[in-house]
Amino acid sequence: MQVVVLVKQVADTAARIKLADGKQDIDRQSASLIVNPYDEMAVEEALRIKEKHGATVCVVTLGEAKAEEALRTALAMGADEAARVTAPASDPLTVAKALAQAVRELGADIVIAGRSAADDEQGQVGAMVATELGWPHVTEVTKLELSGDAGVAEREVEGGVEVLDFSLPVVVTAQEGLNTPRYASLPGIMKAKRKEIRQIAVDGAALGQPVLETRSLELPPARAQGKILSGLEPAAAAKELVRILHEEAKLI
Amino acid sequence: MILAVLEQSDGSLKKISAELAAAARRAQALLGADGVALLLIGADPAAVDAAMALDCDLCLTVQGEAFATYAAEAWAAAVVQAAKEVSAPLVLLGSTSFGRDLAPRVAGIMQAGLLADLGDLTVEDGRLVAERSVYSGKVIAKVASLSDVTVATVRPNAFSPAGAGTSPSQRRELEVAVDPATVHCRVREVRRQAATRPELTEASVVVAGGRGLKDPENFHLVEELADLLGAAVGTTRATVDAGWRPHSEQIGQTGKNIAPALYINVGISGAVQHISGVLGSRTIVSINRDAEAPIFKISDYGLVGDALEILPHLIDEVRRLG
Ligand SMILES: Cc1cc2nc3c(=O)[nH]c(=O)nc-3n(C[C@H](O)[C@H](O)[C@H](O)COP(=O)(O)OP(=O)(O)OC[C@H]3O[C@@H](n4cnc5c(N)ncnc54)[C@H](O)[C@@H]3O)c2cc1C
Ligand SMILES: Nc1ncnc2c1ncn2[C@@H]1O[C@H](COP(=O)(O)O)[C@@H](O)[C@H]1O
Repeated sequence: MQVVVLVKQVADTAARIKLADGKQDIDRQSASLIVNPYDEMAVEEALRIKEKHGATVCVVTLGEAKAEEALRTALAMGADEAARVTAPASDPLTVAKALAQAVRELGADIVIAGRSAADDEQGQVGAMVATELGWPHVTEVTKLELSGDAGVAEREVEGGVEVLDFSLPVVVTAQEGLNTPRYASLPGIMKAKRKEIRQIAVDGAALGQPVLETRSLELPPARAQGKILSGLEPAAAAKELVRILHEEAKLI
Repeated sequence: MILAVLEQSDGSLKKISAELAAAARRAQALLGADGVALLLIGADPAAVDAAMALDCDLCLTVQGEAFATYAAEAWAAAVVQAAKEVSAPLVLLGSTSFGRDLAPRVAGIMQAGLLADLGDLTVEDGRLVAERSVYSGKVIAKVASLSDVTVATVRPNAFSPAGAGTSPSQRRELEVAVDPATVHCRVREVRRQAATRPELTEASVVVAGGRGLKDPENFHLVEELADLLGAAVGTTRATVDAGWRPHSEQIGQTGKNIAPALYINVGISGAVQHISGVLGSRTIVSINRDAEAPIFKISDYGLVGDALEILPHLIDEVRRLG
């Protein structure tokens, strides 16, 4: 079985985010870059499939040379192969088309992506790769089980859990709860350094025009300073809060 | 016409459906479109009646075995066909577990821009433009759709639900032919959790507790306050990881985004990954014993104090309101 995992290098939003001049992008120089957290879950799930059913795990990213760091992290976790895609892709649809082209070249029975990227938070690319390939998809998967050329996935929906049957090949996207990603081992890190990263160039003509355009980025306006009550006895504090919410804000 | 894809559950329309109808009317005015069409797939007759009663011009329904349960491939074909039928410049879905799964497939087939998880919509030089929260709420991006047809997912609670229409709407049954051999994935069953409280993403009041509650036992205080207020219960990843609460209650970047009128949180520090999920709330009330807790930076009202001491009094006071 061949498993392809889509990993994206993203800015760590727990660190400070600065905008670049021109406000078209964030300042990537000062950002601290990590593997998108959901993509780590995707890698972990692929490794579990490998351990259980036997598989080759190939991690794929689309991005600049620096994004190979994300591939090395995934290799150090235990992925077998890695490929970097270069393409003039900018929006989810063109990124998905370029990644789908790479999947065609690499071959896959299952593609695992993250539910969304922590930077642009689109939540589109996984299902769009499936659409482009003409495969089924299941997004936001919290449980995955394969048997032969079929499988069962679970996803959380409002008020319950949905259970889906699918046949391979398929694209699934990882949601929190699917697993807890392992850490890279020291030998894994050493081995990952020497692995070759395959380069796949996708021609712009194959991608068509982008359908989304980011016009500008802004820092959100600061929220007005709220009313903070301190130093009150618990009973008085509760009474005052309920009075405010009931009489002033009319919320309860 | 603007097309909105409705959602139903057990024969009744979900709250998001009426919100989508309202969003569609607003988009109609913005784009100068000639009406609003609502689409119900695999609908129960009661849900169709409820949809017909909403403010819309046309109600499209799709029936048949292929639509008995959710199957993205079949349902996307139905949405695409409906969009063509009414020449929709804009197709709206909810930013719900259903809409997030279906919308990118629809957009992929139509080669359309997908404006995801939006709270409002504007038009700038003829293009649909949305402001989106990105980077865990640390940045707001202005995104434009460049395609002739645009798909958008609308955040729950962003639009007030549409009321009844003034003139009766029409109904049309769409024949959508789906070859079963092209459907490779389908919902087998939905395991419903007994719902005693409103759904987190739909609730107009949310009460959440964090690790500051010290012990999972103490969550009965959060639940009691929530039930008095008719609220949903939420939590942080810290308590989910500790096994205190289920992941379905987790609010934040790797959990749910909420947009209630009132968000009350107790014993929650306010990490960015949590805050990113609550910024849609209209009023935020926080109780934390640390006056420096980051949650106070985004709070409209804050109480500095011990949650375990304050909560019982708060419950009493709210009960007294009757
Ligand atoms: C990739 C990633 C994704 C994440 N996604 C999410 C997510 O989706 N949602 C999420 O919530 N977190 C998420 N986190 C975790 C997040 O960073 C925080 O660790 C988490 O939100 C903290 O939860 P907490 O506020 O309950 O606990 P803590 O940070 O431990 O805060 C407890 C608070 O309670 C206060 N307190 C203690 N005792 C009392 C008392 N008696 N009375 C009143 N107050 C008291 C303390 O002052 C403190 O502020 C994510 C982290 C990462 C790295
Ligand atoms: N440039 C990229 N390279 C590799 N995978 C990507 C890229 N962009 C998005 N993905 C995958 O698609 C998922 C969803 O991304 P998005 O739709 O941008 O939120 C991510 O979690 C990745 O698995």
